[in-house]
Amino acid sequence: MAKEISGNEQLNVVSMLGVSKRFPGVIANDHVDFVLRQGEVHALLGENGAGKSTLMNVLAGLYRSDGGTIEVNGKAANFGSPREAIEAGIGMVHQHFMLVPSQSVTENVLLGLDEPRFRMNLSRYNKKIEEIAEQYGLHVDPAAKIWQLTVGEQQRVEILKMLYRGAEVLIMDEPTAVLAPSEIEELFKTLRSMTAQDKSIVFISHKLHEVMEISDRVTVLQKGKVTSSGIQTKDVTRADLARLMVGREVVFRVEKKLVEIGDTVLSVKNLKADNDKGLSAINGVSLTVSQGEIVGLAGVAGNGQNELAETLAGLREVLDGEIIVNDKDVTNNPVKKGIRQGISLIPADRTLVGTAPNLSVTDNMIMKNYDQEPIGQGWIVNSTEANSYASDLKEAYEIMVPTIETSVRLLSGGNLQKVILAREISSEPKLMVAVQPTRGLDVGAIEGVQKLILAQREAGAAILLISEELDELISLSDRIYVIYEGEIMGQVDDGDIDKIGQMMMGARLEHIEKEGVA
Amino acid sequence: MTDAEMTKATSGFKLPFVVNIEPRVDNPPKWYSPMLSVLAVVFALLIGALVIWLGGGNPWAAYSHIARYSFGSVGVLSDTMVKATPLMFTGLACSLAFRMKLWNIGAEGQFFLGAYGASLIVLLPVLPEDAPRWLFIIVMIVSGMLFGALWGFVPGFLKARFNVNEIISTLMMNYIAIQWNNYFIYAVWSDHGFQLTRMFQRNAWLPRLSDLAETMPFFRGLTTHMGLVFALVAAIILWWILAKSRWGYEIRLIGDNPRAAEYAGISIKRNIVLVMMLSGALAGLAGMSEITGVVHRLQESISPGYGFTGIIIAWLAKLNPIAVILASILFGALILAGREVQPAGIPTLIQGVIMVALIASDYFLRNRVTITRRQEV
Repeated sequence: MAKEISGNEQLNVVSMLGVSKRFPGVIANDHVDFVLRQGEVHALLGENGAGKSTLMNVLAGLYRSDGGTIEVNGKAANFGSPREAIEAGIGMVHQHFMLVPSQSVTENVLLGLDEPRFRMNLSRYNKKIEEIAEQYGLHVDPAAKIWQLTVGEQQRVEILKMLYRGAEVLIMDEPTAVLAPSEIEELFKTLRSMTAQDKSIVFISHKLHEVMEISDRVTVLQKGKVTSSGIQTKDVTRADLARLMVGREVVFRVEKKLVEIGDTVLSVKNLKADNDKGLSAINGVSLTVSQGEIVGLAGVAGNGQNELAETLAGLREVLDGEIIVNDKDVTNNPVKKGIRQGISLIPADRTLVGTAPNLSVTDNMIMKNYDQEPIGQGWIVNSTEANSYASDLKEAYEIMVPTIETSVRLLSGGNLQKVILAREISSEPKLMVAVQPTRGLDVGAIEGVQKLILAQREAGAAILLISEELDELISLSDRIYVIYEGEIMGQVDDGDIDKIGQMMMGARLEHIEKEGVA
Repeated sequence: MTDAEMTKATSGFKLPFVVNIEPRVDNPPKWYSPMLSVLAVVFALLIGALVIWLGGGNPWAAYSHIARYSFGSVGVLSDTMVKATPLMFTGLACSLAFRMKLWNIGAEGQFFLGAYGASLIVLLPVLPEDAPRWLFIIVMIVSGMLFGALWGFVPGFLKARFNVNEIISTLMMNYIAIQWNNYFIYAVWSDHGFQLTRMFQRNAWLPRLSDLAETMPFFRGLTTHMGLVFALVAAIILWWILAKSRWGYEIRLIGDNPRAAEYAGISIKRNIVLVMMLSGALAGLAGMSEITGVVHRLQESISPGYGFTGIIIAWLAKLNPIAVILASILFGALILAGREVQPAGIPTLIQGVIMVALIASDYFLRNRVTITRRQEV
């Protein structure tokens, strides 16, 4: 086969031509072409389920392709295992880390290698790993235990693992999904220093602004097919990419109807609660949410947002203060009582909290009303009713799933979130607490979720939207509270992003305004 | 194709096919899991055959002997059912607990306590000696279940309240249960200093098929007792609970994701205790039915490990109560006729291999294995 030499003098380290991969009922990759040049960051963009990860799993030896040719450094390759792939210099960092929490960084890096054979001369290897870390700006203490590290540091360990094994090509599967903004900056720096040293990087993502920022070239996948192969990032706009990815124009601004604000639904007074470690997480939070209103709660992750959401749903003990919903005191109510009173929670973690992965779509849909007529009838769960309820929701919310019997662990993130939203919205909640409802979703799915939330506002629900995406908060919310270390810093009605930003770093609104005057 | 592939293909020996193993991205077909169970049994029988052959025996003769002495005639079939009855109860007990990922290893101890609870009615005595048979049966069932449930409650409560690992606590409770019974057999209810109690009077026995022999001679000598009926009823009720009831839904949800269950407002602690109690009650029924249907007195060796075999049966049945019945009959046959072949050894070996093969077979539920012809170069 003739080697494809582009006009560019850069070497093609990976070239995948006409690669296909079928799964039962779906074609995950349909004759995909993907060429990676040496020293570039090549973004692989596409919605969830577009086949990005599948394509890279084929390259990294996890899946076998059904057709097409793969060449690595000009040599034909079809790896049977990740080990073969890494021997050929291709390493993949997965979304979910594969680390042993109780062991040190060095031990994790060495895990599964032939050297050291018997005696672990850890201090020697600590040095080696420190050198590599130094070289690429991956700051992490080799002797630290994994559980002591932040998510960002854990990711660096995963990258170190691959570099230590001699990876020349690094595949990053949605690396930013788990990172805080400052950590993302750090990661980008590392990626740049790696490409400067002639490593090549595949950056899988569905976040347009990140792709625009970090990548040299982009390949866009849509429903398993390439819609654009290896275009220069500087030649395209964000809107172009969105269109290539979704297959239609995407509106970045949401249409917000005027809704009359009604009675106060949620009123939280001086609330206090601890986190899982028994440390104070919410320290005297007071806020209100009214009918037909979306109230945003902005803040850097880990400032008590999750704990607040959990206390509202009855999942976490309130130590002091009170929660009033529709004039009833619901402080420390059992979870079920809250559900009956129309409190609905869209949890931050879809797989860990929001759904039962091995149960069917039906079983997951009826989680909140399995004991209510007509599905729950006395002691029994009426499966006919449950199934028709689930199929109605599947139709109404356009959930892409072969049957309602399918286990939800097989659903993509967007579809899983739709299952949760369908369940929560169909209970016609009075108060909806949505935590990070669009996290990890692609552009098309985000639009759908945001529309559903807005529709709830029009239907007269009171919505507390907790998010770290400021764009989303500002475009959806009627007003925004900012939380910092478990305290409300102030309230913004005009979406002033600078004010919000300052408050997120711990400045109180009064202080900002005073300084503004002075 | 390419040069590289050419050299790769010609260098060294290659099988004419390729085995591909990938993680599954779809649900396996419905028949897949039962088929794996059957294959596990077949695999275990093959290993058993190999061992018999290596030992100089004739596997075919041994297996046909087992088949003949467990299913060959009405008489032996009846004996197989007698052996299968306690296994059904313990298999159901384990299936229920395992559904919620509660690893109840204590069915053995709950079996002993169930036997104790039933004996108590006769030996304390709770009921007068001449009380009617139906009353004896009902009271003994209740008492057997109660004591079994108590033995399930303790580890259940410890787990719910103090997060004590139920594997350890249920296992340890087994030893307590056996010694508890021993105390009564040796010290309190000893029959003339022997290590067994007196024989129960006949109206405290479960009816047997042979009881009907006077009117229907066909049943003469058949030892199958009413416990089998109870076991079948229990299996159907448990199936209904798990598949159709609200409680069954809660159990499934907790078993799959406790945090999601909590989020749906389901009390996990309460369900841990309840499930452990019902599981214990079912295993207790096994002890009750064995003591009143077969042994008719409390003595030391009333169980050849029914409680532990229940664990294997639950896995073999994939935690399905109806399948538990079939798996129990198979194991009943192995225990009964296996003794004909060899008192220990091969039958136990087969049980063990079934367990290992079953656990290993989960791999095939999670992964898709395809065998394709190696493409010609």
